[in-house]
Amino acid sequence: MVALAPSDFRTPPNLTGVQVNIGAVSHQFELEGAPLPVLDRVSFAVEPGQFVALLGPSGCGKSTLLRLLAGLDHPTSGSLRVDGEEIGDPDPSRILVFQDPTLFPWRTVWENVALGLEAQGIIRTGGDRVDAALRLVGLDGFEKAYPHQLSGGMAQRVALARALVNDPRLLLLDEPLGKLDSLTRLTMQAELVALWQKAGMTAILVTHDVEEALFLTQRVLVFGPRPAQIVADIPVDLPYPRHRGDPRLGELRRVALQHLGLAATW
Amino acid sequence: MTAIESNDTAFSAARATSAQSGRRSARFWRTGAVAAALWLGSAAVIEFWPEIIPAPYGRELAILSVLIAALLVLVLTTGFLLGKTAIWVRYYGPWFAVAAVGLGIWEMLTAKLAVLPVPFFSSPQGILEVYIDDWARLGESVLHSVLLLAKGYFFGAVVGFTTGVTIGWSRAAGYWVHPILRLIGPLPATAWLPLSFFIFPSSGSASVFLIALATAFPVTILTWSGIASVNRDYYDIARTLGASRWFLIFKVAIPAALPHVFVGLFMGLGTSFAVLVVAEMLGVKAGLGWYLQWAQGWAAYANMYAALIVMALMCSSLITILFRIRDRVLSWQKGLVRW
Repeated sequence: MVALAPSDFRTPPNLTGVQVNIGAVSHQFELEGAPLPVLDRVSFAVEPGQFVALLGPSGCGKSTLLRLLAGLDHPTSGSLRVDGEEIGDPDPSRILVFQDPTLFPWRTVWENVALGLEAQGIIRTGGDRVDAALRLVGLDGFEKAYPHQLSGGMAQRVALARALVNDPRLLLLDEPLGKLDSLTRLTMQAELVALWQKAGMTAILVTHDVEEALFLTQRVLVFGPRPAQIVADIPVDLPYPRHRGDPRLGELRRVALQHLGLAATW
Repeated sequence: MTAIESNDTAFSAARATSAQSGRRSARFWRTGAVAAALWLGSAAVIEFWPEIIPAPYGRELAILSVLIAALLVLVLTTGFLLGKTAIWVRYYGPWFAVAAVGLGIWEMLTAKLAVLPVPFFSSPQGILEVYIDDWARLGESVLHSVLLLAKGYFFGAVVGFTTGVTIGWSRAAGYWVHPILRLIGPLPATAWLPLSFFIFPSSGSASVFLIALATAFPVTILTWSGIASVNRDYYDIARTLGASRWFLIFKVAIPAALPHVFVGLFMGLGTSFAVLVVAEMLGVKAGLGWYLQWAQGWAAYANMYAALIVMALMCSSLITILFRIRDRVLSWQKGLVRW
């Protein structure tokens, strides 16, 4: 066996994550003519390659923030910058993974994963990237299956592969494990960490599951109720791989719940 | 995968079970024996019972019945050696029996006892006579009908699909087209008949227009609703993956809308049949509609029945073809309705 120097495992420079700067972002929807504010002057920065969780009650505007970062919507005011550049239209370097896998039912697993490369017109040369992405999420052998033949966990893995095949520099995860059964969920939490470590992109995870946020990420931003503001910034100073029974996680959990106004349940 | 299989599910199930039992021991097929006896019986009625209303080809009809009986006996004795044919014949065994009884009763009521009044009701051999003596004209009529229908249906489907996609996608197009569609769409295409025969240079081109019109309306509406009901998340996903506007229309909106489009194509085919027959009866001097009209003019009722049977087979076959295409295109769907 050939011994490899540790540096050989380092991710190539084009795969490393981006710096994200969010400055005083406010956003509101129109609801039956009346403005409904969802984000209120939210500001924070994410370092390149960092894995950050946005934790908060349902409907507090976390998902809206992800849509703004993806470029699907534009904020009412404030600035969102990626590596110093203002975010414009959607771009395959910033990929959003939804709570529902939303695979295209008329495409096979392989064709679903190939979607991004096809849209960008590079599928002819990028076929092996699709195979690699499927291997990465452990779904090689299911290339020809249709979405309706997959379980929930498998479908969400395909959705992840569909995102990862584009080598995103910013991965936006909108409760990607929210609809999975609890066992699949635990397995896929570990897989998500492994994928992020391997690819080295910046990742932002929206969740309302305190354990998930603490187990996966390096930093948890706690949001208050709508219109959302950041009420706490909790660094998770634990090395990977983490253990669910770690007493430090329990401590952090208490802190997070306190900020969510749920301290009484601890 | 069962979804791709084109045969109907009950039939497939019957095939599976009968293939199993057939392999173990070819049990005696009682239904087949009864059906064969009944076909022989109706052959005897046709051949030996003297006719009140004489008609040629009684002998040929009897021979045909004997041949059907022979087929049943063949399947009966060879088990499942004939493969698909045997499975098909066995599945429809009860139908074979009932058909023999039906033929016998029909024969008695018409040729043998003359219970049904003569020019209006035809004996079975009367219809057989049409097929044997007038097959050339009937065949030509089928050809004309299919050609006319194909032209009109093709243009109607293309125009309907394009319009549906356009108004489903573009709000401006929807604004201008929707009121026109609401006003003119529900009008039966046949209402345009007098006007179109006047405007168009030939009755043939007028008929193509009318059939296209009848097809286009349901195809437009269903395509439009298909495009409008596409899950918005599909667009968001595609956009974050770098999709252009062109990609969103052709690779997201249209494939997602295809199940609706096929419902529209099916409905359009149904309405196009109606217009086809009317157009052929009133304008075009060819086709099955014209044949029906012509037969009525000569009080040739046997020819009418014969043409009706052919027309039913033609329409049913065309719908079968459409469903086969749909099964192939939409093979990714679960639980398709069978035809």
